[in-house]
Amino acid sequence: MASLRYESQTREPLVDGHKTYHDVTEDICKPVEAAPTRMWWIGFLVSAALLLFGVVSLYVEVVYGTGMWNLNKTIGWGWDITNFVWWVGIGHAGTLISAILLLFRQGWRTGVNRAAEAMTIFAVMCAGQFPVWHMGRVWMAFFVLPYPNSRGPLWVNFNSPLLWDVFAISTYFTVSLLFWYSGLIPDLATLRDRAKKKWAKAFYGVTAFGWTGSTKHWQRHESLSLVLAGLSTPLVLSVHTIVSFDFATSVIPGWHTTIFPPYFVAGAIFSGFAMVQTLMLVTRKVLNLQDYITISHIENMNKVIVLTGSIVGCAYLTELFMAWYGASKYEFDAFYKFRISGPYGWSYWLMMTCNVITPQLFWVKKLRRNIAFTFLMSVVVNIGMWFERFVIIVTSLYRDYLPSSWSVYYRPTIWEVGFYLGSFGLFFTCYFLFSKYFPVIAIAEIKHILKKSGESYKEAMDPIEEQSTDEFAAKVAHAH
Amino acid sequence: MPVKKFIVGCFDDEKTLFPAVKNTRKKGYKIHDLYTPFPIHGLDQAMGLRDTSLHTAGFIYAITGTTTALSFMSWVFTKDWPMNIGGKPHLPLPAFIPIIFELTVLCAAVGMVLTFCYLCQLAPFVRKDHFHLRATDDLFVMPIEVTEKTNIEEVKAFLQSAGAVEVFEKDAETGWWLGSYATERKLFEKEEATVTA
Repeated sequence: MASLRYESQTREPLVDGHKTYHDVTEDICKPVEAAPTRMWWIGFLVSAALLLFGVVSLYVEVVYGTGMWNLNKTIGWGWDITNFVWWVGIGHAGTLISAILLLFRQGWRTGVNRAAEAMTIFAVMCAGQFPVWHMGRVWMAFFVLPYPNSRGPLWVNFNSPLLWDVFAISTYFTVSLLFWYSGLIPDLATLRDRAKKKWAKAFYGVTAFGWTGSTKHWQRHESLSLVLAGLSTPLVLSVHTIVSFDFATSVIPGWHTTIFPPYFVAGAIFSGFAMVQTLMLVTRKVLNLQDYITISHIENMNKVIVLTGSIVGCAYLTELFMAWYGASKYEFDAFYKFRISGPYGWSYWLMMTCNVITPQLFWVKKLRRNIAFTFLMSVVVNIGMWFERFVIIVTSLYRDYLPSSWSVYYRPTIWEVGFYLGSFGLFFTCYFLFSKYFPVIAIAEIKHILKKSGESYKEAMDPIEEQSTDEFAAKVAHAH
Repeated sequence: MPVKKFIVGCFDDEKTLFPAVKNTRKKGYKIHDLYTPFPIHGLDQAMGLRDTSLHTAGFIYAITGTTTALSFMSWVFTKDWPMNIGGKPHLPLPAFIPIIFELTVLCAAVGMVLTFCYLCQLAPFVRKDHFHLRATDDLFVMPIEVTEKTNIEEVKAFLQSAGAVEVFEKDAETGWWLGSYATERKLFEKEEATVTA
């Protein structure tokens, strides 16, 4: 019955190498069960060191204030909010791959969704650091939550996008964590049942929650995944829209524009996929998973990159057009005097090169399927997207309405850079721990698509390809 | 936790599994459950399981989130402490939309996951008896309950003919208890009461 399902030959197999179900388990679980290698230790310790430097930088900032970051009047937001938006943007790719590609029935998501969702969770954790620590008096950070207090009770301002952010980011983190973990439970059960060492049996036994693989439970699991995907899709779109509202609902020239929500969402997907590429290209090489994260997976992600990069480029040109065409002289100056030229012109042109010009190279198929070029591009795109947020924030703030308040050139201090490096430390520490002790590919999902899209089964399609459509239809009609 | 006796048939191909399930049900044997390493499309219908209502529960949780968010914010800004914030109206519904939406999604997701874990008896430190270690690897494991009326040899022969790659008998506890997977499994045994004079 299952063999009469037809899968087109123009699509490449999603799993190479003539794998059986047991092969899939072995390939993905073996690196988890092996002891950490020297390379892993080096990477982990470097990340932990960066994290430690971040903690020191934060100590300086909390004790001496946000002046340690060179923030001043008018440039009240600098690297801190740039980094916040950058990390949140990166997180969006994971949810897009898991949720939106599930709703679009794209089987290729199974090779990368587990690692991408983990990346989302760690990226959102890093993103959340910036709004909290940039408050200055962080010991009162809980004031943003509407809890009954003895000050009236004084409630929070529900009109403010900064508060919408609090709800959006916390919800996004919680839902992503739940989606990721509920998908992980069956795979942890696989590791539990294979475990030989006592600590592994105990650890995976606890984390797998007692999963058995019962059909009724799988039925509920499928229903849960589908609904969570359906919830996560508008969630991811809303979260970055709300982040864009931090700027769009203000009156600052260069910020007060309705193009921001779709522009930010497309930019988030753009930078997120670039980070997924960076991580996946290294992971597949180190853990020997090239049969599961195939070159066609890499190519598909590059196609998304060129699509979203084009949308972002289109948004840039629209902004420039509206600044010229619109009647606001402040908007005109913000773009044509203080962004594309002036003291920060270099950052604008760097952003344009990295985000608009270079991703267009992915129209060339040979470059889409080239690993080294993809890796280089993914780093370039991430740098470009960081500069996009920097340009939006700093170049609008340093020259706003009143010339007497125009600020001096803003240069980050070591503590600000340290906080950013610390967020990399947090991200990579978590990612190293994840890739060592958890399966980086969704084992159960790969097995689910194996018989439709694995290499062996693609070859079984050859005789069916030979048939004419009428013969095939007749066969299907009679085979119940 | 009741200890029951089972005859376990293990299959490794979906092509043999579906007819086997159909025939097992036709013969009237009681399928305790069917453990698979991944979800198999159509298997729940083949086994005669009713559809899950988890998504309905999710919807109810979502509505709860919407109502909570909307009523709380409205109460705060109209009854408890109305304030003039930049001249905005006391009931700015468009401004409430982001938070209403987020709380809807949050309540739906958290509620559904907790309900899922409750229904499937999943939680940290929950320990269950598993029929075959390869049920999470590459085998489809089908335990059939043994009652007084069951002829064990007949069932075994039937499973072999249906294409099972492994057939064996097993005593197992159904249900769950709190424990660690690191300790060895010992079935509950009735101890003979000894009377010392």
